[in-house]
Amino acid sequence: MHRRDFLTGLARTAAGVGLMGLGLGLYSRRAASLPAWALRPPGALPEADFDGACIRCGLCVRDCPFDMLHLARLGQDIPTGTPYFVAREAGCEMCEDIPCVKACPTQALDHGLTDINDADMGLAVVSDQEACIAFQGLRCEVCFNICPIRGEAITLEYRRNTRSGKHALFIPVVHSDRCTGCGKCEEACILEEAAIKVLPRHLIQGKLGEHYRLGWDEQQRAGGALVTPDAEHRYNLPEGMRYDHGGEGLIEAPDDAPFSDNPLDTLNGGGAL
Amino acid sequence: MSEQGTKASSPSRPWLHRHRWLVLRRFNQLGILAMFMLPPLFGGMFAAGNLSSSMTLDILPLTDPLLLVQSMLTGAWPALTGFVGAALVLVFYAVLGGRVFCSWVCPVNLVTDFAAWLRRRLGIRAGGRISRNLRWWLLGLVLLLPLVTGAMVWEYVNPVSMLHRGLIFGLGYAWLILAAVFLYDLLVVPRGWCGHLCPMGACYAAIGAAAPVHIAAPRRARCDDCMDCFTVCPEPQVIKPALKAAAGHGPVIDSIDCTKCGRCVEVCDREVFGLALGWVGPDGHLRREAEARQTPAGLQEGSA
Repeated sequence: MHRRDFLTGLARTAAGVGLMGLGLGLYSRRAASLPAWALRPPGALPEADFDGACIRCGLCVRDCPFDMLHLARLGQDIPTGTPYFVAREAGCEMCEDIPCVKACPTQALDHGLTDINDADMGLAVVSDQEACIAFQGLRCEVCFNICPIRGEAITLEYRRNTRSGKHALFIPVVHSDRCTGCGKCEEACILEEAAIKVLPRHLIQGKLGEHYRLGWDEQQRAGGALVTPDAEHRYNLPEGMRYDHGGEGLIEAPDDAPFSDNPLDTLNGGGAL
Repeated sequence: MSEQGTKASSPSRPWLHRHRWLVLRRFNQLGILAMFMLPPLFGGMFAAGNLSSSMTLDILPLTDPLLLVQSMLTGAWPALTGFVGAALVLVFYAVLGGRVFCSWVCPVNLVTDFAAWLRRRLGIRAGGRISRNLRWWLLGLVLLLPLVTGAMVWEYVNPVSMLHRGLIFGLGYAWLILAAVFLYDLLVVPRGWCGHLCPMGACYAAIGAAAPVHIAAPRRARCDDCMDCFTVCPEPQVIKPALKAAAGHGPVIDSIDCTKCGRCVEVCDREVFGLALGWVGPDGHLRREAEARQTPAGLQEGSA
C-alpha cells in the first residue's frame, strides 16, 4: 500500500469518527438535561457531575426498599439510564441507613452522605396559594404532618382568617435549611394537582445580595443602634388623636386605652365598644 | 438459532452435538439475564443492577471496566465497590479471554447472531465493507468524549448497556437502537456491529490480549476446506493463520478478536478445532510446546 493511500484512508477514518464524535457530543448535551419534575436520589452530585459519575447500573433502584426510584428509559426527557423519582408519584421515604447511596458503586450518590436529614434532593415550595386549601381557612396540614422532619422542614404559621374574622389560617411554611426535598409533601397533597411541589433547589431558592444587611439583626448583634442612637419618636398630634403603626393610620380616639382595666366592664358592655 | 444455513454436511452427528457450545452459550447468556430479572428471592435480588455494575447475592460486586474508566475520565472518583467490581471483571476476562464477554455474556450477541443466521438463511450476500479496526477508533472516541465533555457520552447510545438495562428496567425506545444494529448487520455489513464497530468488544479484546485460553486447530491436517468454520465464525479472519498455517503460524488462534464462541469447534465434522490452554508465543504455538518441540499438540477437546 502506498503511503498516500494509507494516509488518505487514515484521514478519511479520522474525519468520519470525528464527525461521529461531534454528533454524539452534541446529542449528549441535549440528552443530558434533567427536567425539573425528575428528582435525583439522596446524595446525588450536582447534575453536571452526576451525569459523568453515574454508570447507569440501577443498583440504587434495586436497593430502594420502597421501589420509588426508576431508571430513565430511552425516549424519556431524562438522561437515559439514570435514576430519578417523581415526588407526586412516590417521594423518598428517607431511610436512616440510606441503602441507595450505599449501593452506588461510583459515588454519583455521594457516600459522604451519612445522615439522611442532610440530603438535598430538592426544595419544597408552596407553589399555589390560591389552590392550597390552608389559605382558604380549611384545616388540612397534610404536608405538615407527613413531613419526615415534622415541625422543622414545614411549620404551620397561624394567621388571622379575614374572611370569617374569627378563625385562624394554618399556613404551611417550608424552611429551606431543613427541607431535604424528599417529596412526601407533594406526594401527599390532597389536591388534584399538588399545591406544594418539590423542585431542584437552584430553580426556586432565592438569595439575598451579599451586601444586604438586615438592620434589626445588625442592631441585635451590635447591642445597639449602629447609625443614630435610638430615640422614641414622638408625634406631635392633635389632642385626642393617636397614630397606629399597624396600618390604621391616624385614629381619633382618646389617648388612653379603649378598654377599662376591669375586663368585666367590657364583657358587660360598659366599655368603649 | 441453528446453522441450517450452512450445509448439513454430517447427518450422522446429532443436532445437539453440532450445537453443543451454542446451547451452552445461549444458556449462559439467558441465565445471566434471568438472574437479573428474577423477582426478589429470600428478601433480595439474586443479582441486582445490570452489566454496567451489579451486585450478586449481596456479596459479589462486578463493574464494567470501560464504563468505570469513562466515569473516571469525567473527573468522578468511584466508590470502593466500583473498583473491586472492575478489578474482578478485569482479572476474569484477562484469564479467560476478553471477548468471551461478547459471545458468552453480551445480550447484543443474541441480536447479531440472529442477524448473521438470517443472513445465511436468506442468502443475503450484498454488503458493505468497513474496516474491522474501526472499533479501535470508536474505543478511542468513547474514551476521549468524557474527557472533553465531562459526560458519559457513549452511554446515550451504547446498544450493549442499552439492551441489558432495558430488558431489566424497561426498554423505552432502546429497541430502535437494537433494531438498527440488527438491520445493519443483516443488510449492510455482515457482522457489522460486533465484528467492526463495538468499542466494548474492542476494550474486552484488549483486556484479554494475553489470556491463556484459546481456540486452536490442532488437527488442521484433516481440514477438507468445507469452509463451515469460516461461515459461522463472527471474526473469520482469525481462523486462517491457525488453520492454514500461513507463514509457519502454529495451530493456536491467537488473535485477540477471537470471541471463543466455539462455533468452529462444533460445526467442524472433522473435529479440527479444540481448546488450547497455555501462553501462546508470537508464532501461534503454545509456549510449552514450542519448548518441547517434539510433543504433538497437547490440546484438549473442549466440551466446556
